[in-house]
Amino acid sequence: MQKISYAQAGSDALIEEMKRDPTTFHLATSAADELVNEFGSERVRATPIAEGAFTGIAIGAAGSGYRPIINWGMITFSFVAMDQIVNQAAKIHYMFGGQAKFPITFRASVGGGRRVAAQHSQSPYSMFMNLAGLKMILPSTPYDMKGLLKSAIRDDNPVISFESNRLMGVEGEVPEEDYTVPLGVADTKREGSDVTLVALAWLVHEGLAAAETLEKEGVSVEVIDPRSLVPLDEAAIRASVQKTGRLVIADEAGPTAGASAEIITVVTEDSETFAKLKAPPKRVCALHVPIPYSPGLEDHVFPDRDNIIAGIREVLDAG
Amino acid sequence: MTLTTEKQLEMLRSMQTIRRFEERASDDYQAGAIYGVVHCYIGEEAVAVGICAALNADDQIISTHRGHGHCLAKGADLNRMMAELYGRQTGYCKGKGGSMHIADFSIGMLGANGIVAGGIPIVTGAGLAAQLEGKGRVAVSFFGDGASNAGPFHESINIAATWKLPMLYVCENNLYSAGTIAADTLALSDVAARAAGYGIPGVVVDGNDVMAVYEAAEAAVNRARAGQGPSLIECKTYRWRGHTERPGQEDPRPKEEIEEWRQRDPINRFATSLMEHGLLTEEAWQKMDAEILAAIEDAVKFSEESPFPEPEAALEDIFAES
Repeated sequence: MQKISYAQAGSDALIEEMKRDPTTFHLATSAADELVNEFGSERVRATPIAEGAFTGIAIGAAGSGYRPIINWGMITFSFVAMDQIVNQAAKIHYMFGGQAKFPITFRASVGGGRRVAAQHSQSPYSMFMNLAGLKMILPSTPYDMKGLLKSAIRDDNPVISFESNRLMGVEGEVPEEDYTVPLGVADTKREGSDVTLVALAWLVHEGLAAAETLEKEGVSVEVIDPRSLVPLDEAAIRASVQKTGRLVIADEAGPTAGASAEIITVVTEDSETFAKLKAPPKRVCALHVPIPYSPGLEDHVFPDRDNIIAGIREVLDAG
Repeated sequence: MTLTTEKQLEMLRSMQTIRRFEERASDDYQAGAIYGVVHCYIGEEAVAVGICAALNADDQIISTHRGHGHCLAKGADLNRMMAELYGRQTGYCKGKGGSMHIADFSIGMLGANGIVAGGIPIVTGAGLAAQLEGKGRVAVSFFGDGASNAGPFHESINIAATWKLPMLYVCENNLYSAGTIAADTLALSDVAARAAGYGIPGVVVDGNDVMAVYEAAEAAVNRARAGQGPSLIECKTYRWRGHTERPGQEDPRPKEEIEEWRQRDPINRFATSLMEHGLLTEEAWQKMDAEILAAIEDAVKFSEESPFPEPEAALEDIFAES
């Protein structure tokens, strides 16, 4: 099987889906030569740096029979388009009584680690999860990236693809034949019996490293990667916690009203799962601050494998 | 192009339908049968009807919070519109939208929108779809003077002009941005002058003269269909009623000014002109009005007899099923 990078897997998914479906087209503030050469300048357009307008344009084109793929670049820039995302894209299918479909894929990089300070190091998934009407994926491997992005492009709804900055160069095995990864199906990245670690994006890799270390101490960690946040595979998370009795969540976003808080609720609101808990759940998240620039500051703010190990130990000590 | 008598009478009927629909919607809103908020278009009917008269059935439009006129001018069904205002299952949006969110994608009406300027990028996307499709369709953005001060207006027109999208940008300048005098917020008195900044035609027309609006629209539509790109049409008009129908709201407009504009009633003006040209008799006009009132009465009856949606339907249509 070929080994390609996370970034390449995204590009491959995009090109294959644009070949597959002539109603797709691509808008971003720059037009990559690779795409223009393959699909022409009608279907691959460089837009002005006006995210609000081209996000809205995607909505209108989607409602008129097309399947736009939008790349905001960094998630930071999506905030410029918040009216179109929040008031329009998320609600338009519902508020018009379901009379038209709006198949749109929005791609954006997320996460920190690049020393680019507060605006360009964000992971604001939960801001979007809070809206009804948007789906969202968060791949952690090249395989998942390609399969999930293909599913996103084929989906008949607006889907945001959050793509981790820290993982762009990470390589992994990806089949050459066409495949998809369905939205709403978590992946058990490592089986274990003592504690469930629900980890997102880059922290899946940190979590697997933490699990390796803890295995040497006789602690068996199950690593669950939700892969998509909406829909969220609640059943898989509950099943794992029912097995292990313990829950730790690792997320590069801050904890407040975050995906991590939602995942805890998925577990604690379900009486059957709650009854199996041996210890209070624990979140290992970024500190609740804007992301700072200087390396020592940034590294202090983001969690890593050591924080995950500490979090797991805390849960194990609690019961 | 000279329009046929039949077409001109159809335009008059459309204008009067908008007015009678809204008079009834306002009454029923005051009576509590219609909820939330209702924004009336009365006084501005010549704009929607004049523009839509230049469009084909498969051309697309987008509307604003003041959307009834655009819906009806594009051919929306009275029953389903009134039923939506009544919050019924049979309404255009199955009771999920109300007055501010009526859409009928099957007739190219991409929706009323509660965010000022929010629809402008969306319908520009319909223009992009029309260009990609290459069948000569056009898309029309209706918006007000207030929206012309917002970023989406400028961003969208810049893109449409750069890509030569088949678009009409139609500004309904009713002189007030909600409760604020538009002139106090516009750097120039004519919104149409802004077209120069994007290298596209910009014209000011008397928005209370339906034929003048139609002629401006026809020229812009021909240009768009020929692949020459977008145009900006500014229609100077006036709304007779307050920003919304909510009782007791402040209205900064002088009574004399309102009365002066009522004297320029676009419907009376068009009907009188048709009579002067021997295309309409007073009797035929009365008959047309009676037919419209009867159709609206039927729409109210249809709405009253329609069921409310089941409460559980609130959970439907969040996502499209693939």
